[in-house]
Amino acid sequence: MVAPNQLRPADTPLLWALRDHLDMVGTKFGCGIGQCGACTVHIDGNASRSCQMKVSQLDGKEITTIEGLSEDGSHPVQQAWKEVDVPQCGYCQAGQIMTASAFLDKNPNPSGQEIKNAMHGNICRCSAYSRIQKAVAIAAENKLT
Amino acid sequence: MSTLIPSKFSRRSFLRTSSLASGGMLIGFNFFTACKDTAKMPIDISKLNYNDFNAFIKIADNGLVTIFSPNPEIGQGVKTSMPMIIAEELDVAWKNVHVAQGILDTVNYVRQVAGGSQSIRFGWDALRQTGATARQMLVNAAAAKWGVDASECSAKQGVITNAKGETLGYGDVVKEAAVLEVPENIPLKDPSTYTLIGTDVGNVDIDKIIVGEPLFGLDYKVDGMVYASVLRPPAFGQSLISYDDAEARATPGVIDVIKIGAKAKALMAKEKVNWSVRLHDSEKVVVIAENTWAAMQGKKAIKATWSDDSELESTDFQDKKLLSLLNGNKFKTLRKDGNVKKAFAQADKVLERTYESPFLPHNCMEPMNFFANVTDQKIHLVGPVQTPAAAAETVSELLGRNIADIRLEMTRMGGGFGRRLYGDFVYESAEISDVIRKPVKMVSTREDDMTTGVYRPAIKYRIAASIKNGEITGYHLKEAAVNSNMYGLIPNFFPAGTLENYQVDVANYKSEITTGAWRAPYTNFLAFAEQNFLDELAEELDIDPIQMRLDMLQKVKGTTDARIQYSAERMEDVINLVVEKSGYRTPKEGVFQGFCAYYCHNTHIAEVADVVMENNQPVVKKVTVAVDCGIVVNPLGALNQIEGGVVDGVGHSMYGDFGFKNGMPVSNNYDSYRLIRNKEAPAVETHFVENTLSPTGLGEPTLPPAGAAVSIALKKATGNRIYKQPFVSNMATKPILG
Ligand code: FES
Ligand code: FES
Repeated sequence: MVAPNQLRPADTPLLWALRDHLDMVGTKFGCGIGQCGACTVHIDGNASRSCQMKVSQLDGKEITTIEGLSEDGSHPVQQAWKEVDVPQCGYCQAGQIMTASAFLDKNPNPSGQEIKNAMHGNICRCSAYSRIQKAVAIAAENKLT
Repeated sequence: MSTLIPSKFSRRSFLRTSSLASGGMLIGFNFFTACKDTAKMPIDISKLNYNDFNAFIKIADNGLVTIFSPNPEIGQGVKTSMPMIIAEELDVAWKNVHVAQGILDTVNYVRQVAGGSQSIRFGWDALRQTGATARQMLVNAAAAKWGVDASECSAKQGVITNAKGETLGYGDVVKEAAVLEVPENIPLKDPSTYTLIGTDVGNVDIDKIIVGEPLFGLDYKVDGMVYASVLRPPAFGQSLISYDDAEARATPGVIDVIKIGAKAKALMAKEKVNWSVRLHDSEKVVVIAENTWAAMQGKKAIKATWSDDSELESTDFQDKKLLSLLNGNKFKTLRKDGNVKKAFAQADKVLERTYESPFLPHNCMEPMNFFANVTDQKIHLVGPVQTPAAAAETVSELLGRNIADIRLEMTRMGGGFGRRLYGDFVYESAEISDVIRKPVKMVSTREDDMTTGVYRPAIKYRIAASIKNGEITGYHLKEAAVNSNMYGLIPNFFPAGTLENYQVDVANYKSEITTGAWRAPYTNFLAFAEQNFLDELAEELDIDPIQMRLDMLQKVKGTTDARIQYSAERMEDVINLVVEKSGYRTPKEGVFQGFCAYYCHNTHIAEVADVVMENNQPVVKKVTVAVDCGIVVNPLGALNQIEGGVVDGVGHSMYGDFGFKNGMPVSNNYDSYRLIRNKEAPAVETHFVENTLSPTGLGEPTLPPAGAAVSIALKKATGNRIYKQPFVSNMATKPILG
C-alpha cells in the first residue's frame, strides 16, 4: 500500500488525469470505486473503468474517450442515443455510450438479453434503462446496414 | 372528458420589450408576477437582467428565436418543454428556436426552482400568454407596415400573411414590433390546433450530451481554479475537536489545509434560517489542492478527533423511537372528519396495520459540487443547485456581503431528486473561497455524498379502519417520522373525502440526521402503505379492490371541500384505462397483477404491476401506467419521466436500504448501497388520458404508486403481504426484477 504522501502524479487515476490535467471532462466521476460505469473509456478497444486505472499502467495503450468516439457525434451509438432521446439528466450517458460502443464492436448483432447483460454495470440513476436498451439495439441495426 | 380551462393569466404588463442594439427584438417576461414599474429592458443581450424578469425571448432580424431562461435542467425536460409552449403560441418552427441557459444575477428571481414537478404547471399560462402576445405584436407591426388592419393578417410558422397573400417574416418586422405598445388579453390557441405541443421533441442539449461537452457543475473550470475536498463529521451528532494535517500537507498536489464552519454555525444559530439551509453545526477541515484527486487523497490523510455531542443514533434506536411515537398520544391532527373513535368503538372489526420505511439517500449521479470565487468586489458562484435565489441570499448572509455582489450561474444538473434544493454545498464552497480568496471548486466524493446527505426521513405509518355490516365506517392514519411530517394538502389526498369518519395524525422526533425532500416527499412511501392497506381491506371485505375504489370515489363527487383537490372523475378515468390496457380483467395464466391508483403532485395515476414466478422466484416483468397529466406537452420527454419515475419507485422499494450505526450511515458507496440496474428494470407501458386540461408535472407522481403496485403483485404471487421497505429485506423468497 502506498501512503498518501508517496503518491506521484503517475498514480493518478486516468479519470482525474483526463478531467483535471487534460481538460477532457466528458468522462464522468460517479463513484470512484468501479461500481457505476460513469467513467467508462476504451483502453485498447475494451470498455474500462477509468477511475480504476492509474496513469502509470497505461504506457503504450490506446485510450478513447467520449470526446474521441467520433469527430462530430456521428458514431452509430451516439446517433442512436439521439434518435431514441435517451438522456434524462444525461450525466451517466457518456459512460453508457462508451460501454455500448465497445460492446457492439465485439458483438455486432446482440440479443435483447445480451444487451441488458452488457449494460448492467452502468448505473443510470434516472432509470433511463429501457431507452438505453432500445438505443443499443438500434445502433446495432444501423451499424449492420 | 374534454374541458378547456380558460387562462387566468391576464395581468397587466407582465411583459416588456426592447429593441436590441445589435438588431432584433427582445421580450422580457415574468411567470408569476407583473413586471415592476422600475423594470428596465436591456438593449444588449449580454446584460439580461433576471432581477426583473424570469426569462427573455430574442427574435433576431433573420427570424431566429432564442429563449433565455435560467430555469435549471435536472433531467425533467423543462428546458425543452417550457420553450415548446412559447414557440407554439409564438408560432415559429421549432428548428428556428434555440434555448440558452440564463444566468442568475439576483435575489429577486422568482420560482427558479426545479422541484415539486411544478415548473410546467406554474409556467403554463404565462408561457402561452407571452408567446401569443409576442406573436400579436409582430402581426401588428406587419399590419402597420402594410397599412392594413391587423385583423386581416395571420401568423404561421414565423411568417405573417395579409389578405392579399403578401408575406413578411418575423425578422422583417422585429424593429417595428419592439417599440409597439404591449397588447392585452390576446386570445390563446385552441389546443386542437396545436402543431408543436403534443409532438415528440428531443432534449435540447442532446447534441452536447452525446459528445461529452462540459455541461455539468463538475465540468466547470476557470484559470487558476483550485479544488477542495471537505472532511465533515463522520457521524451525525459529532463535531470537530482537533485535527492533524501534517500528512495531508505532505500529499503531492495539496496546497493548503483550512478549517471552515464558524460562519455557518453563526448563521444556523440565527432565529430564522431559510428552509433550504441545511448545514452541519460542526466545523470542517478542508483540503485545498491542485486537482480533485490530490484533494481527495489529502482528505484521507487528515487525522481528526470528534466529540460526541448528542445521541449517535442507530437504526434500532430510530425504530424504537418511531414505534413509541405511534404507540403514544403526542400527535398533531392534520385532518379530522366525523368521529373516528366512535366508529371504531361501534365496529364489528378493526383492521390495523403498521408500515415501515428506512432513510434514503438521493444518490444523484453527479456528486454534490460547486464553484465559488469570492473577491473583495464580487462573488461568483457556478454549479448545480435547484434553489439559486435562496442560495445567493444565504451566501450573502453567511459572508456578510451585499446581495448585489453575487452572481450565480446554474449548470445542467446530474440529477436532483430533491437533494439540490438544499444549498449546503454552495455555502461550503463560498466559505472556502472566502478564506483562501481563490476560485475554488468543492467536489464531494460518492462517500461524502452518501454519508453527509439530506435524506428521506425514516417513516412509519399505522393505518386502522373500522368495519361495520360489511362497510368501512372509519379510517385513521398515523404517521411517525424523523424530523418532520407530511405537509400541505397530502392529508387530504384520497381516501380523504370518501369516508365520514376520517383522521390523519402525525408526530415526529428531532434527530441530528439531516433530512429533507426526496423525489415525491412523503407520498413516495405513503402510497405504498395506504394502497396495501386498501388492498388488504378489500380482501377482508371480500370485494374487488378496484370496485372498492370506484365505490369510494362516488362519495367524493361534488364535494365542496376545497382541500380535496383530486378529482373523482379523473381518478375513474385512469383506473378504467389501466384496467383495460393491463388486461386486469382477463388475467393470463401465471401472471400476478397488483393494482394501485394514486393522486399526488396534481397528477392522477393508476398502475398495474405484472409479476411471474420463475424457478420459484417472483420476477417483476412489467408495469402498465395510466396517467392523467393534462395536456402532454412533449410526449417523448413525458414518457422518459414516467418510465424513470416508475423504475426508480420499483428500485427503491425493492432495494433501497439505508441504516445507521452510532450516527454513521452503514452504506457509503454503490458496493454497499444497491440501486436498480439495467437488467432489473421492468418494462413500462404508458397510456395517457387524453384531455385539454392544463398540464401537470411528471417528475414525481409516477414514483409513489410503483412500489405499491409491485408489492401487491408480489403478495398475489407469493402469498406474503409486505409491510416494510425495502422488500428484499423482508421476504422469504427474494424477489427479482426484470
Ligand atoms: S466512477 Fe468509475 S465506475 Fe464509478
Ligand atoms: S440520465 Fe441521469 S443518470 Fe442516467
